[in-house]
Amino acid sequence: MPEMSTGQAIKKALSLCLDNYEEAFLAGEDIGIYGGAFGVTDGLLEQYGENRIKDTPISEDVIAGLGVGAAITGMRPIVEMQFSDFIVNAMDPIVNQAAKLHFMYGGSVDVPLIVRGASGGGTGAAAQHSQSLESWFCHVPGLKVVTPSGPQNAYDLLLASFIDRNPIIFMEHKLIYKIKEDVQINDFPKDSSLLGKGKIISEGSDITVVSYSNMINTAKEAINDKKLEKYSVELIDLMTLSPLDIDLVISSVRKTGRLLMCQEASGDSSVGSTVITEVVSSEAFKKIKTPPKLLSGLHSPMPSAKHLENKVIPQKDDIINSILKVIENE
Amino acid sequence: MTLDKNKKLELFRMMLLIRMFEEALEEMFSRGILHGTMHLSIGQEATAAGACLALTKEDLITSTHRGHGHCLAKGADTFRMFAELLGREDGYCRGRGGSMHIADLSNGNLGANGVVAGSLTIAVGAGHSLKMQKKDNVTLCFFGDGAVNEGSFHEALNLASLWELPIIFLCENNQYGMSMASENAIAGGSIIKRAESYGIESISIDGNDVENVYETVAGYKESILSKGKPRFIECLTYRYRGHSKSDRNLYRTDEEINFWKEEKDPLIRFSGKLLEEGYKKADLENIENEVKEEIKNSVKKALESPESSETNLEEDSYA
Repeated sequence: MPEMSTGQAIKKALSLCLDNYEEAFLAGEDIGIYGGAFGVTDGLLEQYGENRIKDTPISEDVIAGLGVGAAITGMRPIVEMQFSDFIVNAMDPIVNQAAKLHFMYGGSVDVPLIVRGASGGGTGAAAQHSQSLESWFCHVPGLKVVTPSGPQNAYDLLLASFIDRNPIIFMEHKLIYKIKEDVQINDFPKDSSLLGKGKIISEGSDITVVSYSNMINTAKEAINDKKLEKYSVELIDLMTLSPLDIDLVISSVRKTGRLLMCQEASGDSSVGSTVITEVVSSEAFKKIKTPPKLLSGLHSPMPSAKHLENKVIPQKDDIINSILKVIENE
Repeated sequence: MTLDKNKKLELFRMMLLIRMFEEALEEMFSRGILHGTMHLSIGQEATAAGACLALTKEDLITSTHRGHGHCLAKGADTFRMFAELLGREDGYCRGRGGSMHIADLSNGNLGANGVVAGSLTIAVGAGHSLKMQKKDNVTLCFFGDGAVNEGSFHEALNLASLWELPIIFLCENNQYGMSMASENAIAGGSIIKRAESYGIESISIDGNDVENVYETVAGYKESILSKGKPRFIECLTYRYRGHSKSDRNLYRTDEEINFWKEEKDPLIRFSGKLLEEGYKKADLENIENEVKEEIKNSVKKALESPESSETNLEEDSYA
C-alpha cells in the first residue's frame, strides 16, 4: 500500500476514471499546465492531453453548465470549482439544472456529474476563500454531498461518486490535501452504496462525537488527549452529508446516551442542526442522558488573521471542552 | 438548401400544429382543466418549425420556457405533450415537469428550461459532447431576447467560440422580456454585435419568414459540420399572447399587436406564398383538417390517460 497525500489519492482516483472511461473528462480553472490551485491535477494534462483535461476561462457558470450538458449527452464530466466559494457563480446550473433535470423530466435523464471544490478555512485566505457551504447543497433534492476527510476515503468516495448516476458536490477541505496515509488502491466499487454510509472511526461508550471533513482530523486529536483518558469516545465520520447516515448516529447515541456534533461550518440551519434534530426526534431520545451539543464555526465571515481564524473554527481544545461539558454536566 | 414540395408542406403543417396545439391549451385553460401557467408561442411558430426542419433526429436542441413549438417541431407527440400539461402518467415527464420542462431525448430534445438563459450553458456541454464523440451533428440552442442580458449568455458564447463547438445559438427576439421592451434592456441595441464580439459568425433575419429560418439554419449547420465553430442567428418575431397567463398586456398597444397579427403573421404569409406558387387551396385545407383531427384526438386521449402516479416523490429526484 503506497503512502499518499489526499491530493495524490484524489489524483489517483481521477486517473482511474480517465483510464477506464473514455467519456470521462476534467474541466476547470488552471487544472492543466498549472496543475490545479492545490496541485491535485498536476501532470494530468501531460498524461491525458488537452482534449480530456480542459482548462477553462474563469467562468464558473459555464463550467458547471458544461458539466450538466455533457452529462446528459453521454459524457462523464468531473468539473472543478477552484475554491468552493466560487460555486455561488454556478448555482443555476447546479441547483436549478443538475439537481432537478432527472425529476423534472420524469426520470428520462440522468446527470452523472461531479463538481469538485476546495472548501474550508485555516489557510488565512479570509472570507471569500474559506467557506464551508456544504449545507446549502444538502437542502437541494437531487444532489448528493460528499465530504472526505483523508486520503483513503477521498479515493474511495471519488470512485463511488463517479459511478453514481447523480450530480455530486464533492467538497475537499483544503487542509486535508497534505494529510498522508497508506492508501489501498481499490478498483471501482460494484455500486455507489458507499455514498450515504458513515463510518465509526473509533468505538466508545460514553459519548458519540459526530463530525465530517477536516474537523474529523481535529476530533481525532482531541479524543486521544490525556484530558479525556477516563472517557470512552465513539467518533463517527459522516463522509456523505446527503444522503445522511443518520441511522448510524442514532444507534450510536442509543448506546452512549450522549451526542456532540462538531463542524467547521456555522451552526444555523446546518448539517449539525439536522443531525441533532434527527437524533432527538428518534427512538434514541429515551436513551439521551444529557443535552446534545452542537460545536460549530462561529456565525462570522472567516477572518484572515490566524488568531481570529482560530476563534471562528473550532479547535482541538474546544472539542475536548465540549466533550467534557456534555459528559460531566449530568 | 432549396425546399422541395414535401418540405414546404411540412413547414406549413408544423406551424399549424404548433398554433392549434397552443390554441387547444388556451381553451382547456379557460375551462379550468389545466393546472399551472404556460407561455404561448402563438405568432412565433416559424422559428421552431423552420429551425427544426433543418435538423436531423440526431441533432440536439435545448429549449426555453416558451418551448411547446420547439418540442413539437423536434418530433414530440401531441398526445404525450397534452398528457404532460394535464398531469397524466402518459406525459413526457409523468406530470413532474409540465409546460416548462418537457424533454424528449429520443428525438434529440434535451429539454425546455424554466430559467432564462438556463439552457445556454447546457447547450455548451451538449456541443462539447458532440465534438468529443466526433459526431456529425449540431446542438441548436433556442433562447429569447431576455437571455442576452444574463451572465450565462456571455460565458456560454465565450466558451463555445474558444472551443469551436458545433452549436447554433438561435435567439428568438420577440421584442419583450416579459414586460420590458428589448430596446430598453439591451445596451448598445444590437444582439448580434454581442455574438460577433465573441468571434461568432452571426446574422439577424426575419424570424416570421419560415423558409428563411430553415435556409439559414440549414446553411449554418452545413458550414459548422465542415468548418466547426458555433454560429449565431437572431430571429425577429413577435408573440401575440401575453408573457404568461397573468399578463394584462399593459406594456404594448393593441395597434402594435394587430400590426403583427395582420401584416407579419408567419402562417398567413406562408400559406399566401404557397398559393402564389401554385399549391392548391384544397391541399392546404386538407392539411388543416388533418391537424385539427390530430389535436382533437390527442386531447381526448390525454384526458383519458390516468393521473400521474404519486410513487415516492422523494426518491424520484435520484437516478
